[in-house]
Amino acid sequence: MSPDQPVVDAINSAIDDLNEILDSEERLGQSPEIALIGNDARLDSLGLVNLIVLVEEKIQQRFGVAITLVDERAMSQSKSPFRTLGSLTDFVEEQLNDHGR
Amino acid sequence: MADETRRMVITGTRKGLGKHLVEHYSRAGWEVIGCSRQPVDYSVPSYRHFSLDVADEAAVGEMFAEIGRDNGHVDVLINNAGIASMNHVLLTPLSTVADIFKTNVLGTFLFSRQAARLMSRRRFGRIVNIVTVATPLKLEGEAAYASSKAAVVALTEIMAREFSDLGITVNAVGPGPLDTDLIRKVRKDKIEKLLGQLAIKHLGEMTDVTNVIDFLIAPESGAVTGQTIYLGGA
Ligand SMILES: NC(=O)c1ccc[n+]([C@@H]2O[C@H](COP(=O)([O-])OP(=O)(O)OC[C@H]3O[C@@H](n4cnc5c(N)ncnc54)[C@H](OP(=O)(O)O)[C@@H]3O)[C@@H](O)[C@H]2O)c1
Repeated sequence: MSPDQPVVDAINSAIDDLNEILDSEERLGQSPEIALIGNDARLDSLGLVNLIVLVEEKIQQRFGVAITLVDERAMSQSKSPFRTLGSLTDFVEEQLNDHGR
Repeated sequence: MADETRRMVITGTRKGLGKHLVEHYSRAGWEVIGCSRQPVDYSVPSYRHFSLDVADEAAVGEMFAEIGRDNGHVDVLINNAGIASMNHVLLTPLSTVADIFKTNVLGTFLFSRQAARLMSRRRFGRIVNIVTVATPLKLEGEAAYASSKAAVVALTEIMAREFSDLGITVNAVGPGPLDTDLIRKVRKDKIEKLLGQLAIKHLGEMTDVTNVIDFLIAPESGAVTGQTIYLGGA
């Protein structure tokens, strides 16, 4: 299933905002394979927290729905919904659907 | 233009210390948002109330969503809602312990988690947790209550570290006995015995507590974090 464009746009806009405050070697692109946690990730844990909060803010602005992105598996290398941009996008869509979007 | 309102969230505001905090900070020019399970019977300028249980994740999520709408921010959170119970461990139902931990620990965790999300947007925040001298005094009869507040002290110390890069400080204030409903059920001789274990042997005043909170939330107190300040010389 291809991701929903408005969700992708919201996440990309969060990344744009985040990149403004990151050093150049940490800046994120926008492809789904980009790692957010683990050895391949450019972001440190603060960067990840900042991204998550920005994504929640964009989703609230654009969809009028408040989601809280928390997950038991957050720190798991293999199962975390925050593994990659792609898995984060799926997770956001799931949360939006749970809110009866 | 940036919204310059100084906004504070206080939990457990219907009565006792929480009500005093609402009055004190509203008088000092803060916009105060509070909550308790039941509505409040007082009215204070620029005070907004949410009737909810601090451990209700959905309700608390909605409360912060409403606060965060249109870039709404929060500068300060005071986790004040708390319940206690005096009993011997051998005579305490597990449901009592669960209720105490739900309000005191889960409530503090949940409010801190949601508030820190909003505070991180501006890279500024102050979280103050209300704990108790019952923990360092190891008071018999207060095992459930004192251990729940010990958990809040641990949360204070670890959140201080996890939130420091977000510009958020996290501290705790532990009053001795204050004249509120929380201790009205406790026998007078028990209170006297407790006071005997403190350096200052009389009931605390609400202003003793606000004095310390004023210091902890000051913009200049950015280097003070992860601390628990007990009152009365516990
Ligand atoms: N009084 C003392 O001697 C003393 C000493 C040391 C520390 N403390 C601490 O000071 C804090 C305030 O206590 P207090 O003396 O002011 O007690 P209080 O007079 O009994 O007031 C407790 C407040 O918390 C609210 N509350 C309780 N459970 C709640 C829940 N699950 N969700 C939302 N709100 C809840 C109550 O309103 P509703 O009933 O409407 O929910 C009430 O407004 C507590 O954390 C307590 O542990 C008190």
